[in-house]
Amino acid sequence: MYSRAYKAIVALPPLLWVGIFLMLPYALMFVHSFWLVRDGFIVHQWNLGNYAALFTRPVYLQVLMRTMRIAGSVTLFSLLLGYPLAYYLSFHSGVRKEFLYQLVIVPLWVSYLVRGYAWKTVLGSDGVLNGFLQYAHITHAPVGFLLYSPFAVVLMLTHIYTPFVFLPIYAALETIPRPLIEASQDLGATPAKTFFRVILPLSMPGLLAGATFAFVLSLGDFLAPLLVGGASGTMIANVVQSLFGAAYDWPLGAAVSVCILLLTLTSLFATETLEKRWSFKQMS
Amino acid sequence: MNASAPNSPGTLDAPASAGSTLLEVRTVAKQFGAATVLKNISLNIAAGEFLTLLGESGSGKTTLLRLIAGFEAPTSGEIWMSGQRLDTLPPFRRPVNTVFQHYALFPHLNVRENVAYGLRAKATPAGEISSRVDEALDMVKMRNFADARPAKLSGGQQQRIALARALVNRPQLLLLDEPLSALDANLRKQMQSELKSLQREIGTTFLFVTHDQEEAMALSDRIALLRGGALEQIASPREIYARPATAYAAQFIGQTNLLRAEVRGGFAVCGALRWPTSRRDGLAVFSLRPEDIALAHANNPPAAGAATFRGTIRQQLYGGASETLEVTCVENQALRVRIRAAQSAAQPLQGEYDFYFDPANAIRVAD
Repeated sequence: MYSRAYKAIVALPPLLWVGIFLMLPYALMFVHSFWLVRDGFIVHQWNLGNYAALFTRPVYLQVLMRTMRIAGSVTLFSLLLGYPLAYYLSFHSGVRKEFLYQLVIVPLWVSYLVRGYAWKTVLGSDGVLNGFLQYAHITHAPVGFLLYSPFAVVLMLTHIYTPFVFLPIYAALETIPRPLIEASQDLGATPAKTFFRVILPLSMPGLLAGATFAFVLSLGDFLAPLLVGGASGTMIANVVQSLFGAAYDWPLGAAVSVCILLLTLTSLFATETLEKRWSFKQMS
Repeated sequence: MNASAPNSPGTLDAPASAGSTLLEVRTVAKQFGAATVLKNISLNIAAGEFLTLLGESGSGKTTLLRLIAGFEAPTSGEIWMSGQRLDTLPPFRRPVNTVFQHYALFPHLNVRENVAYGLRAKATPAGEISSRVDEALDMVKMRNFADARPAKLSGGQQQRIALARALVNRPQLLLLDEPLSALDANLRKQMQSELKSLQREIGTTFLFVTHDQEEAMALSDRIALLRGGALEQIASPREIYARPATAYAAQFIGQTNLLRAEVRGGFAVCGALRWPTSRRDGLAVFSLRPEDIALAHANNPPAAGAATFRGTIRQQLYGGASETLEVTCVENQALRVRIRAAQSAAQPLQGEYDFYFDPANAIRVAD
């Protein structure tokens, strides 16, 4: 057993770190959300005006709804791409498994910003995609909705978060004992039935973890809308950024942030509950 | 393959009690890359039979089982069952079920759902599923655990559920892949007995894989002994013990003394041992079981016609009902002798003694 002093010394640095750089800023943000701005100065006067503004000025709810739609779409598309990929790698890739796994991981080494600019050159009006479409005579003028649209944001975020969705699903599939799949076939279940009755339920914790990654990370993203979103693709984090920046309305920005935080915590709590429901003690 | 060896019984003979042929394995071979795991195996399983595939790890016994279940495809050869070709069907279309080594129960389903899995997969009516699952759970005495998750059950209980989950589908052939190997010794003995009586009761054909020769002897109607991917001998346990076809079979099933003898003029000679044989002249290997050698003394003189020899007792290993003597004869020839324990209860045996055996018990085996 370790002594009490030893445990305290080991625990102190991370506790300090979390306290100073996480809990304290959250507390400050929370407090700010109940203050107000008067004549360009933040006034420490307790009020609920910021929260009232959130629900009365339609622009905030609109952007919030769009953000959830985008995050939801990104989650869905990342799952649709990530699950089959993980399934293929885990069950059918044979000797190329390691190599393909590395290929999936490689994009994570490339800076987020670089990938954002890459999409700009692909999707722009004189970009790679439009160039090809016109060269092939599929279209005669540049297609506008490709860049600076919610579509572009969903595309870029899906590209970025698919590996994050892939990883936990792949890990979950890898831990499914292969005899279970043989047992299912042995008992007369077709490959489709085996998938829906054994593989999918047993990979559910990984699927939920991946979906949570994609949803929560997309929800708070502000670079993708900034780079490829345009005016129609603005997300809630961009609103927060402008409130803290150009608009200099920290209290309202803090109130919006508290809302995002609550949304994130709610979705984390929901998926954690679901994950518990779907996790089973594996047999040795 | 030593089916042509002397003393080898016919390869395909089934026990008298068994019915017609259920499963035919026809010259099946299996290669994994460059490794040959099975070499032209042919064997028949009779309906209602309890056949055991016995062998060391790497002998190919599990591979043969997996070929029959459909988890692997043979490199060459065919598998037929009741006039239907089996090896071309996917596993989910084969009328066989498997009890897996580590049970492979579905952790996300409770006991009842596990047992019902096969019936649901085949879209059996709900009422029938429920009654057949109850019946299967009663058969393995696990009705009270119907709502438990597999993780809550002990090894022996999981074993019973795995058995019920397979048998509820009423397979023509049940494949058992070392199902008792994960259980501790006592439970293992108990499950062996239950398995045997269950098989008698329901009459399903069992194909059982094990590396434990005692288990194979206790349970089987016939044992197919595999060695390095080839069939060494297939016969009833009594026959394979009394008349092993090869030196390997003699050593693997029970203990034996292998005598590498020179036959000349109607007598075989191996070190201190000399006994009459009808073999033609030349080198030959014989198997002489330790219990077929007796210790000669005043109250137990050698029987008429017995071969006798003299040896020094080096070790006396007490084993309850019997004890094993490690005997050395001239030229350091080592032999094992098993005698009844009561005979020598008084004082330890030491020094030189006379031993004898019936020459008929020295069984000629292929090397």
